[in-house]
Amino acid sequence: MIRLRDSNIGPVLTVVFAIVVIWYVASFGMNRAWVMDQAARAGETPGFSEQLAGTMNQDRPVLPAPHQVASELYDGVFDKKITSKRSLVYHGFITLQATFWGFALGIVVGIGLAVIIVLNRAANLTLMPWAIISQTIPVVALAPMIVVLTNAMGADSLMVPKAIIAAYLSFFPVLVSMVKGLTSPDAMQLDLLRTYGASKSQVFWKLRMPASLPYFFASLKIAVAASLVGAIVGELPTGAIAGLGARMLIGSQFGNPMIMWSALFAAAILAAMLIWVVTGIEKAAARAMGGGAA
Amino acid sequence: MTDNRAARFLLPFAFGVAVIAIWEVIVSTFSIPIAILPAPSAIWAAIKGSGDILLVDWLQTVVRGALNGLWIGTSAGVVTAIAIDRFEFLRRGLLPVANFVAALPIVGVAPIMVMWFGFDWHSKAAVVTVMVFFPILVNTLAGLQDTDRMQRDLMLTYSANYWQTLAKLRLPAAMPFIFNGLKIAATLALIGAIVAEYFGSPTRGMGFRISTEVGRLGIDMVWAEIAVAALSGTALYGAVTLIERGVTFWHPSQRSGRKN
Repeated sequence: MIRLRDSNIGPVLTVVFAIVVIWYVASFGMNRAWVMDQAARAGETPGFSEQLAGTMNQDRPVLPAPHQVASELYDGVFDKKITSKRSLVYHGFITLQATFWGFALGIVVGIGLAVIIVLNRAANLTLMPWAIISQTIPVVALAPMIVVLTNAMGADSLMVPKAIIAAYLSFFPVLVSMVKGLTSPDAMQLDLLRTYGASKSQVFWKLRMPASLPYFFASLKIAVAASLVGAIVGELPTGAIAGLGARMLIGSQFGNPMIMWSALFAAAILAAMLIWVVTGIEKAAARAMGGGAA
Repeated sequence: MTDNRAARFLLPFAFGVAVIAIWEVIVSTFSIPIAILPAPSAIWAAIKGSGDILLVDWLQTVVRGALNGLWIGTSAGVVTAIAIDRFEFLRRGLLPVANFVAALPIVGVAPIMVMWFGFDWHSKAAVVTVMVFFPILVNTLAGLQDTDRMQRDLMLTYSANYWQTLAKLRLPAAMPFIFNGLKIAATLALIGAIVAEYFGSPTRGMGFRISTEVGRLGIDMVWAEIAVAALSGTALYGAVTLIERGVTFWHPSQRSGRKN
């Protein structure tokens, strides 16, 4: 894994700064056509400074400038009541709920399958290929059917199908890491336990399970990011009216780029926060297990 | 060894057949309405009955949208990685940023791409390009670092220049990493292409068909599209794995002479 070291802060800040500069230049270039068009209709020829001013604060820009996205975000997060349908916190929270339940379900399914696969060789041969195939099937195609089926089984809210879609994407990293982790004890360690006369379940609980924990925590970061993608994707074809994915859909239908961009960045910030929290848990767990393991 | 290989194929195959058989039996014994869950036989009938529609949708979504985006995004990612790799400062700055972006829900750019590039396949390919770019970039950068001092010194003693070292040592050494990225990319590509269709599409494409047929309660047709999507996804992943086996035949993970 590549870690963000102190020595990287300079280069990273330079790169981020460069991205913002490129973004400003691009939004000037892409929004200029509209300004020129308006001016031509009014029979004027705008100078450079007027063009610049005209491209930076349009209501429906082709590419909104960074400060426009920032202020739209600030407005959506802090200036709207959380209960308002226009608050990004409200939509973000709904997506977060589905992400959380999908993440929890994904962990349970991932660990459960991993245990079955590690304990039973036939299950390993049978289930592992299907686990891989499940991830090559585009889950967006399945999404509407998951809604229909959960509806038929009596789920009355969209939370259930969204969580299932999120779990569908997030169980896989957990499964792969747990299989690796549960099989990580080497022959020497297994032999030692055999000389102790340990039973199969003792080997599992006292050796395999603890050995797998660093692998487990390492997989959580990928799983939580996948879960958020699942929750957002799950809102698109399911007719959701609330949530960040639904917000993107609304922005698209009304042709309002500001809604799309603020929802996109809200989703990015939510992902960053989730990964940050999971990394914190991972570090705390590594410390509790004697440090440095993960 | 031989029956091991047979088991490797037969067990998962039997499992798949069993699932389909149980599905068929459950649907017919509980007489589940077709509007909720059609039986596999009904889905097969839909596939046979509307092969031409499925083909048009497949060409639109998989070939024009996903595959175009996949190759554009992959080449852009590899070329960018090679360009960045020459400058230590850029690499140290961009790698953490790219790693971070790769973890973000990039599918969210779909509505923006549809706004920029219109309803047809160009916007779908654009979404796939952006989604694929970051995993490829990150993996290629990591792969280009994967040569050790000894190997590079050997190239130096051959008086190989930068491009020769790149072509003969560093790119081949990076291939296992690039293919890891490609495997992630292959699964993302179909998701991206279908998601973008939910934000607007011409009257063809798998995402378009799925959403309209759900509205018309043509659930068997939806499942037919899902079957095609599933097969395409698996085939794409399988193709990447096969090419990987050919390209990185020297890598320990591919040399399965005697697996335990």
